[in-house]
Amino acid sequence: MAQGVWTIAEQRDGKIRKISYELVSEGRRLADALGQELTVVLLGSNVKDKASEFGPYGADKVLVADDSRLEPYTTDAYVSVISQLVKANEPGILLLGASVEGKDLAGRLAAGLDVAMAQDCTAFAIENGSLVATRPIYAGKAYAKVTFENSWPQMATARPKVMSVREPDPSKSAEVIDAAFTLNDADLKTKVVDVVKDESGKVDLTEADKIVSGGRGMKGPENYNILEALADVIGASVGASRSAVDAGWRPHVDQVGQTGKVVSPNLYVACGISGAIQHLAGMSTSKVIVAINKDADAPIFQKADYGVVGDLFDVVPALTEEAKKYM
Amino acid sequence: MNIIVCLKQVPDTETQIKIASNSQSIVTDDIKWVMNPYDEFGVEEALRLKEKHGGEVTVVGLGPKRVTESIRTALAMGADKGILITDDALNGSDSLAHAKALAAAIKDLQFDLIFTGQRGVDDDLGIVGATLAELLNIPQLSLIIKVEVAEDGKSVKVERPIEGETLVITSPLPALITAQKGLNEPRYASLPGIMKAKKKPLVEKSLADLGLNVADFGAGARKMKILELTPPPGRQAGKIIEGETPQEKAAQLAKLLHEEAKVL
Repeated sequence: MAQGVWTIAEQRDGKIRKISYELVSEGRRLADALGQELTVVLLGSNVKDKASEFGPYGADKVLVADDSRLEPYTTDAYVSVISQLVKANEPGILLLGASVEGKDLAGRLAAGLDVAMAQDCTAFAIENGSLVATRPIYAGKAYAKVTFENSWPQMATARPKVMSVREPDPSKSAEVIDAAFTLNDADLKTKVVDVVKDESGKVDLTEADKIVSGGRGMKGPENYNILEALADVIGASVGASRSAVDAGWRPHVDQVGQTGKVVSPNLYVACGISGAIQHLAGMSTSKVIVAINKDADAPIFQKADYGVVGDLFDVVPALTEEAKKYM
Repeated sequence: MNIIVCLKQVPDTETQIKIASNSQSIVTDDIKWVMNPYDEFGVEEALRLKEKHGGEVTVVGLGPKRVTESIRTALAMGADKGILITDDALNGSDSLAHAKALAAAIKDLQFDLIFTGQRGVDDDLGIVGATLAELLNIPQLSLIIKVEVAEDGKSVKVERPIEGETLVITSPLPALITAQKGLNEPRYASLPGIMKAKKKPLVEKSLADLGLNVADFGAGARKMKILELTPPPGRQAGKIIEGETPQEKAAQLAKLLHEEAKVL
C-alpha cells in the first residue's frame, strides 16, 4: 500500500525557492492528518548541504539526488530520476509547486506514471484517507473539488503563494538520504544552452507580494512610469490587463488574467482596469484588492476591498507620496 | 517539415461560468465556443514554420462535432488538412484520456513537430501536451515564446520564460512544443483562405477507428474524479474611499492599507 507524503523541492542555482517551503508546510499538515511520514525530494548539483533546511519546516526525511546533470533543470533528467524514486518507494501523495518548472515536471511525470494530476491547487484536505484537492478552473470562475481513483501516487501541484509557510522549528532535523538512481545520457535530449536573466530585477508576477497593474485607463505606454513609481515605493511588480498588452503597451509576461498569469499577491492595485471577467479571473485570489478607476460603475469595484473613484493620473501619484510615510 | 497542431474548443474568455445543478459540470447553453487561445498560437507558429521550411500542417481536433468549425478556421488560416476525433464515448473523459486519443490519431502520421496550447482555458490542467509527448516518446518543450528550426530540419531552438529569466533550450526533432502567449500574433483567415478551406480534407475518426476501446474513455474511466464544482469564494465589494480631493483619498487609502489591511 502506497504510503507517505512526498514534496518535490525546487531550487535554482543552489537556492531553495519559496514554493518549496510552502509545499513542505502543507505536506506536513497532510502527513499529520494521515499519521504518515513526510519526505522532501531535492534534486540538483552540489545541493546536499541544502537538505538540512527542510527539517525545521517539518520534513522527516530528505531524499537527495545530486548529479551535475540535474543543474539546470531539464524535463528529461528530472522526470527520469523522480519516476525511478517514486517507483522504488511508492509514496501515497506526491506534491509539486505549480511554478513554470513544477507544472512542466508534474505533467510529464504523471503521464509516465499513468496517473491523474490536479494542477494548480489552492487547497488540500484528507477525506477518508484520500487526498482531496481544490483547484480553480476557468481561471477561477469556478472551483473544482477533485479526488483520485486507481491513481497512485495521488499527484497535485500547489499554486505558489497560496499555502502558508510554517514557523520553522530550528530544533527539528530531517534524516538526509542519498537517493539511488541512474541517469542515461542518451535519454537527456533537451539541453539548456543559455540563460538570459531578466535585468529589470523585477519579481515575477506569480511570486510578487504586491502588484500594481494598469489597464486601458493608462491611455498609453508612456504613462506606466506613474505605476512604476508607486511600485518602487511599495516594493511591487507592475502588471497589465489584456487590453494594455494587446495594444502593445506592455510585454506579454506582464499580463494578468485568464490568458495571462494567475496571481495571488498580498496586495493588488488595479489602476484604470474596468474588471473584465477574464481579468478578474486572474487576480481574484489576491488577499487585498484596491481599485482606482474614474468610472464608479466599473465591475472591478465589486471585487475590490478598497475602491477609489477618481482619475488615476491624480490618485496614483498622490498615493505614491502617501505610501512613503509607511515604508 | 511536417507539423501537427492539436486543438480544442473552450468557452470564450468573456463567458460567465454557471455551475449545473448536478454540481459536476457547467451549464453549456448559450456558451460561445472558440478555439482555445493557446492552440491558436500553435496554429500560427506551425504556419510560419511551414512558410519558411515547407511541408504540411495537419490540425487534429478533439471534441464534439462543433469543433469542426475551429478546424475549418485553422484550415482557412492556411493549414493543409484536418482530423476530428469525435465520439460520444469521449464525453466526460479526463485529460489523460484525451491525450491517449490524440496519441492514437498522431502516432502513424509523419511529423517533425507537434504544437499544443500550454493549457486549455477551461479546465486549466495543462497536461495534454506533456502526456502526448510521453505517449509518443518525444521531448517536450513547454511554455514557449520563440521557435527556431535548424536549417537541416533536425533540431529546434526555443525560448522558455521562467520566473525572472528566460531559458534557451535545444532539442532534437521530433519534439512537442506547448505554445505560450507572446509566441506570435495569430493571423485572421482571409476570404480566399475561407473559400479554399472548404475544399481541404477533414476526416472524422471515432475511438474505434483509432483502435481504441471505448471502455477506457468517458466519465467512468476518469482517474481524476470531480466531487463538486462550486462558484468561486465570494468577494464582497469593500469600502469606497471618501474624500474631497485625490490627495485626501490617497491619504485615507494609504492609512487603511497600513492600519487595517496591514499590507503597507
